[in-house]
Amino acid sequence: MIQQTIKQIADLLAGGKISSVELCQDYLVRIAAHNPGLNAFITVDAERTLAEARVADALRASGKAGPLAGVPIAHKDIFCAEGWLTTCGSKMLHNFVSPYDAHVIEQFKKTGMPCLGKTNMDEFAMGSSNETSYYGAVKNPWDTARVPGGSSGGSAACVAAGLAPAATGTDTGGSIRQPAALCGITGLKPTYGVVSRYGMIAFASSLDQGGPMARTAEDCALLLNVMAGFDTRDSTSLEREKEDYTRDLAKPLAGLRIGLPKEFFGEGLTGDTATAVQVAIEQFRKLGATTVEVSLPNSGLSVAAYYVIAPAEASSNLSRFDGVRYGYRTPDYGDLTDMYEKTRAEGFGAEVKRRIMIGAYVLSHGYYDAYYIQAQKLRRLIAQDFAEAYKACDVILGPTAPTTAFKLGEKADDPVQMYLSDIYTIAVNLAGLPGMSLPCGFDGQGLPIGLQLIGDYFSEARMLNVAHQYQLATDWHQRTPGGF
Amino acid sequence: MSLSIDDVNRIARLARIRVGGDEATQYQARLNDVFTLIAEMQAVDTTGVAPMAHARDLFQRLREDVVTEPDRREAFQAVAPQTEAGLYLVPKVIE
Repeated sequence: MIQQTIKQIADLLAGGKISSVELCQDYLVRIAAHNPGLNAFITVDAERTLAEARVADALRASGKAGPLAGVPIAHKDIFCAEGWLTTCGSKMLHNFVSPYDAHVIEQFKKTGMPCLGKTNMDEFAMGSSNETSYYGAVKNPWDTARVPGGSSGGSAACVAAGLAPAATGTDTGGSIRQPAALCGITGLKPTYGVVSRYGMIAFASSLDQGGPMARTAEDCALLLNVMAGFDTRDSTSLEREKEDYTRDLAKPLAGLRIGLPKEFFGEGLTGDTATAVQVAIEQFRKLGATTVEVSLPNSGLSVAAYYVIAPAEASSNLSRFDGVRYGYRTPDYGDLTDMYEKTRAEGFGAEVKRRIMIGAYVLSHGYYDAYYIQAQKLRRLIAQDFAEAYKACDVILGPTAPTTAFKLGEKADDPVQMYLSDIYTIAVNLAGLPGMSLPCGFDGQGLPIGLQLIGDYFSEARMLNVAHQYQLATDWHQRTPGGF
Repeated sequence: MSLSIDDVNRIARLARIRVGGDEATQYQARLNDVFTLIAEMQAVDTTGVAPMAHARDLFQRLREDVVTEPDRREAFQAVAPQTEAGLYLVPKVIE
């Protein structure tokens, strides 16, 4: 049961072989057994989960249920869910029980998919290892001395360990794809604007995008069908026809043109990751794809541009956390400014404070043009590189992360080294393109390696087709860590 | 460029984050590492490139000027640190 995909679980539910309540009970037992070691969840609330499961079973009994009704899912603790503690990995929201549902949560509720719990994450999604969480680091199920990646590290770890069949994530600079790679699962960041950001606690609003994390590309397609859709409450939600993201899964790959950016296969890519990606490219050729070298000449500057734009937006977004309307307030204060400054000093962790301060600086008088405007100009150059590349190919392929999972603590004191974990993923967010990661092998230490696919705008169905065909021909995505 | 301690304290005030005496030195070192990374940008000639604020060219939607939200003041204020009579309480600003 535990290794099953949501597709398989949905079939069991449809056949009456198991109820949603029984399913959730099984997963809750596994969470109780393994979460103390992994720390993948911040909040588990069995009663609430089972209440949602009973609603799902009733929905099925009524005959009005869709195919996924009753399939449980875990949600990243960045999504506001009514009645659930929603912390965003921060002390600042340690007591915030959300009074409303995010659009994504509403969609899963309507579908009848019970919430198994709220998953651990880097504080306000700022991190690539899950070590900035106020609630402690998540451990990688493949080696508990290592990080799961971040910021959606709890979501990735709980799916990898079979504590949930699927989870939601969010991706601002790689936060779905990099942990998916480091934990050996499949994750998709959709085109910017496809999934509503309403109720998804904001980090960098022009980059943030929610998406699915699961065992397979097919599962991600099913989940994206639930998550995607126009929502007037997000001013950047795109008004588009509803798509069926599973529609192209079965198409053969003959004629597919895969672009290989020469910048992704340079000196930074070495060892087992380089080998695994090359083997995957060979596999795609066997499936009928052709490859073509493309160039993303400005991608090397994406990390620098990102660490101006994302902190700038964060400094604005996180100004709302001031101890007045919700969350933490310092117990001891004098005047209003004293209250603000102490609340924010005590409520935010070190990485969040650094990014807010970087943002405040690059937006301040005298530095705005040199930093913020320059970064936005680079952003356009980066987006134009992709547009040029897609004249010659249908999808771009490369590694997701430069290394496999690193040791807990290894980069925790060196922000810049940590930032470089996202060197292959960040450009995708700056351009607003869809990207995904899928397992493509293991290194010499048995740690999973992720393959990244980057598509043109709104090509999710095609990317999922490419990933699904690869997963029909390989079994990397079926491997699971020992001990779970 | 490199941030001075005065710069760090100025940014901290702008960001409304209290930074203690010893902490400022730590922030200075870490922030300067990040600004060294960011400085790579300055090498690129971007003359004539239009800044890109957003991933997609979007326009702000307009809607009818009618009430769309129900009154949920009690639910929203239930999670506030301090409220009274439907108001959020903060330290006195005006004597």
